[in-house]
Amino acid sequence: MSNNWEMVIGLEVHAQLKTSSKLFSSSPNQFGSEPNENVNFIDSGMPGMLPVMNFGCIEMAIKTGYALNFKINKHSVFERKNYFYPDLPQGYQISQFEFPILSEGYINIESGDNQKKIRIERAHLEQDAGKSIHDIDPKYSFIDLNRVGTPLLEIVSYPDLSSADEVINYISSLRQLLMYIDVCDGNMQEGSLRADVNLSVRKKGQELGTRCEIKNLNSFKFIKQAIEYEFQRQINIIDSGGEIEQNTMLFDTSTGETRAMRSKEFSHDYRYFPDPDLLPVNLSQEQIDKIKPLVGELPQDKLNKYLDNYSLDKDIAKIIIAEKQNANLFEKMISESTVKPKLIAAWLVGDIFAFIKENNLEVDSLNDKTKDITDLLRLISDDVISNKAGKEILPKVLNGEGKPSELVKELGLEQVSDSGELEKIIDEALVGEEENILKFQGGSDRVLGYFVGKCLKATKGKGNPKLINKILLERLKK
Amino acid sequence: MKNSISQIKKALIEKKMSVGELYDEYLAKAKSGNNNSFNLVIDRENNISSINDSQNRYDNGNPLPLDGIPLGIKDLFCTKGIRTTASSKILSNFIPNYESFVTQQLLNDGSIFIGKNNCDEFAMGSSNETSYFGPVINPWKNKNSQKDNLVPGGSSGGSAAAVAEGSCVASMGTDTGGSIRQPASLCGIVGLKPTFGSCSRWGIVAFASSLDQAGPLTNCVEDAAYVLNSINKHDFNDSTSSNHQREDYLVDINNSFEKKIKIGIPSDYLEDVSDDILNQIDNTKKALSKHGIEFVDVKFKTTEYALSTYYILAPAEASSNLARYDGIRYGVREDGESLDDIYLNSRTKGFGDEVTRRILIGAYVLSAGYYDAYYRQAQKVRRLIKNDFQRILNEVDFILTPTTPNEAFKIGDKLDPISMYKNDIYTVPTSLAGLPGISIPSGLSKNGLPLGVQFIGNYFEEKSLLQLAALAEKELSFNE
Repeated sequence: MSNNWEMVIGLEVHAQLKTSSKLFSSSPNQFGSEPNENVNFIDSGMPGMLPVMNFGCIEMAIKTGYALNFKINKHSVFERKNYFYPDLPQGYQISQFEFPILSEGYINIESGDNQKKIRIERAHLEQDAGKSIHDIDPKYSFIDLNRVGTPLLEIVSYPDLSSADEVINYISSLRQLLMYIDVCDGNMQEGSLRADVNLSVRKKGQELGTRCEIKNLNSFKFIKQAIEYEFQRQINIIDSGGEIEQNTMLFDTSTGETRAMRSKEFSHDYRYFPDPDLLPVNLSQEQIDKIKPLVGELPQDKLNKYLDNYSLDKDIAKIIIAEKQNANLFEKMISESTVKPKLIAAWLVGDIFAFIKENNLEVDSLNDKTKDITDLLRLISDDVISNKAGKEILPKVLNGEGKPSELVKELGLEQVSDSGELEKIIDEALVGEEENILKFQGGSDRVLGYFVGKCLKATKGKGNPKLINKILLERLKK
Repeated sequence: MKNSISQIKKALIEKKMSVGELYDEYLAKAKSGNNNSFNLVIDRENNISSINDSQNRYDNGNPLPLDGIPLGIKDLFCTKGIRTTASSKILSNFIPNYESFVTQQLLNDGSIFIGKNNCDEFAMGSSNETSYFGPVINPWKNKNSQKDNLVPGGSSGGSAAAVAEGSCVASMGTDTGGSIRQPASLCGIVGLKPTFGSCSRWGIVAFASSLDQAGPLTNCVEDAAYVLNSINKHDFNDSTSSNHQREDYLVDINNSFEKKIKIGIPSDYLEDVSDDILNQIDNTKKALSKHGIEFVDVKFKTTEYALSTYYILAPAEASSNLARYDGIRYGVREDGESLDDIYLNSRTKGFGDEVTRRILIGAYVLSAGYYDAYYRQAQKVRRLIKNDFQRILNEVDFILTPTTPNEAFKIGDKLDPISMYKNDIYTVPTSLAGLPGISIPSGLSKNGLPLGVQFIGNYFEEKSLLQLAALAEKELSFNE
């Protein structure tokens, strides 16, 4: 039934900026402190306290502007959004309204096999609010103001998204970009990246329906669940002859359902007006230009480079660029050695990532092991050790148990590449194999594998397989 | 004539009295005063180390610029460890843990605080009648009806009355639409509102952020220069604080002008005013003409819009600035069944009528559907008013106006808010333009009450403005 229906989605993504202090106060901007530890007189809304803009936030917004193809506005204005809540000590949130710092950007996301351009209306800087905690005590609510004043960049898309998968691709792409340019840690669990989903439904080809806004979703799983539930909820209402009310919804993670938090008629009149405590932000072209080199290579640039310059497979390249630290590790190894990038890439996404996952490590923790890794790969590509021996040594190298060359010696894993010695072993192996030799000469290639295996076994696995292959062929063709 | 700061410093340097004796003299007056000019008087034991330190500096021959000078501080400045109420019930139990930038400068320069001056609640008022701690009484009496208690003006009414009654040498006020100049005029003292951005607003309970400015109320112009030297500094923590180079306001204060000075008198300000007020302008004109100063007629185009503009913008900002007084984190909380009830009860009981009125006006002019008609329009008119002043200050060096349209009136006489608002008709335009203005006593009314005139200068031209005011003061001083 829902085949005739399509969903239309626009997103407001709130990204917490990774500045060391808050947007308008010098309190530390960090997660996980004791309640009300990172709070000063400004954050707690004491009488006579004044905001002072942290220019680092402007720089991060400009970087984001470059990364998301935005127009970076030279003139932007902080305004006050007025409403009462105990975790909003000033009684207003300082945000940008009429004049945001960024407007009209876009990113390309994957949609099925195609690329889709998602337009972004604007991005503006604003303060985060504190946290109200209602479930500690039956009678009292508790307030933690640590998050008050944390800088947020709110990124508002056009309603260009039309499925839960697209939404997830969009948020992943945003998250990847923001992490690449080092403005957001991307930690959704800690709330560093949260999304409000605006969703409406319509019969295909018809005009936009009334939208509902699902607030504050902070995991891909919940986003998908909430979208799918809300989509069906709206269809059911319309199908049963009802009308969609423009509501603000909450997603209940325990039931997987959305429910109305407040309707439009009870929506706040925020009484925005320019904050008279702050001057408008007026940027010169020089100030904006100065930030550009700090943006660095973006994932798409890296992807192109990996495909064109390093001839990586697209799937492998994508895995490496997914996180900036992967790419950093990869590029560090390339710059430090002459091992072929393709070999490095294969080992990185294979055994190295497996090791990281198994041991619950950060990718960055291997930054001081890159030389050892490439030394090991050099031994493999020079046929000093076999691939199999490499796999055996790698964990020891990553654990810092020794240098690759030492480990090879210690474990006796050097390949036998002395052709004289190998010839002797091969000749011995061919004794009594007349029948199989005839089979080979009769055209059965499978027999070659059998002989290689037999010879390798005779070398206790240390014989250089390529060389064995070569000598065997010479012998067998005689 | 009361002793000036320089006279007092001289007496302290010459050991004709000690810092302690000076302090005790003013403290006694502050404690025995019956004009209600203080919300709180600081006990001697709380000031004893400041007194001793100050005396030591005099004894060692290196006193600070304001060493030992007893000051009154409007109860709008947050003072560390000393209750700061903004004369409101909602802050009646609030003790800040920080010192405002301006009062910190005064402490750094050696002054000693006598106490916190009564004022209109959250500085909203022109008569000091809106204070939760009751009205302040003007030390002056109408010679034709001696028994009537008169208002001192407002909102810095306590600061003005305290200087006039002699319970502090000078005091700090704040001026949003005339709150320093108007009470100074009605109490017969000097009041200076510096250029917006001169003195940091950090730590001053905010009324209207784009207009609020701290300034001194003093017995003479030179004292105003002393205080301004201390408080006029750039403050990184106030984004609207100007970082221009400050001057020494004392150095040329008694010198005559080197160039020819031209003063404009806006004829539109003087329509429909009483003879008492016209006399002030005439006196001043005559006195300064003797010094070769030229007077010309100027005409503003925007005067009639100033009050309405002010009473849109100031309440709009106030409605937001006062949102933090919700009874949740500090101040007086009234309980309620729900969160909304706590807000409603705390704010209803915590704020007085005038404050409530302005919050409601402010919320209204900012609300959806009315913003463009009121707030945005008022911002545009404010720009025109500013341009109007710029135009006139391109033609003349200073502008001379009355400070107030009338003398001090009886407590309880003006019950209608609009007639009260009209008291600031001469001071509000300057505030909207952000220009500096100083009120100095210019004469007495027929009822023997003090009146003042206002000189307005160009942005950050306080030095020449004080120089002019000092010159006029010499000619205009009157006997009490």
